Amino acid sequence: MSESVSLVLFSGTDDKLHAAATIAAGASAMGRPVNVLVQFWALDAFRKERIALDHGLAFDAVRPGSTTATVPAGSLPWAETFRQAKELGDVQIRACSASMALFAIDLSELDPLVDDVCGIASFFLDVGDGSLVFI
Amino acid sequence: MLTITTPLSDTDLLALESAKVVDARGSACPGPLLEAKKAMGTVQVGQVIEIWSSDAATKGDISAWSTKVGHVYLGCLTGEGYERVFVRRQK
Repeated sequence: MSESVSLVLFSGTDDKLHAAATIAAGASAMGRPVNVLVQFWALDAFRKERIALDHGLAFDAVRPGSTTATVPAGSLPWAETFRQAKELGDVQIRACSASMALFAIDLSELDPLVDDVCGIASFFLDVGDGSLVFI
Repeated sequence: MLTITTPLSDTDLLALESAKVVDARGSACPGPLLEAKKAMGTVQVGQVIEIWSSDAATKGDISAWSTKVGHVYLGCLTGEGYERVFVRRQK
């Protein structure tokens, strides 16, 4: 059973992006290879001109009666957590080619955090028999 | 099989000379862990690093990380609203 941790990152709100970055960073710190496939709204959040902006919160956070805490105090911005995760370990971030087509995005428009574009089969080759989660 | 080491006594911890102190107070998980990993790369095998954190999860995280990657978690001292976590570089 491979140690690798793979993550399909679909969501584009700051709370979920933070959670995803924490998973990547934690696994990376523990020496486990990480593969991230960025799709849909997450892909939009990784655009160069959008990455540092406010991406709002998931529906759960803004339901009436819920507390509107975003991320824990003292947290780094999620993009910075991904950057550190990459610096400290084996973290690959790939853009989903179908989502790229859907949003008409070119790799050059994405933050350098994104290594390349791939299809689902290539991603599954990276996943191997490691774990896979969807955010 | 991963071995869990017994932490040192407070007296022994106080007597340690840290090669590097990482002040991660105010930082939330996974911040202190990432800082610890970075700092480990700057000291020599056998040397001790000390991570200061106000996040209660840090000592558990550092202990788990040390066990996983092969360093020695030495223990933790409590300060005013923060903890001092000690790890020896083993490889």
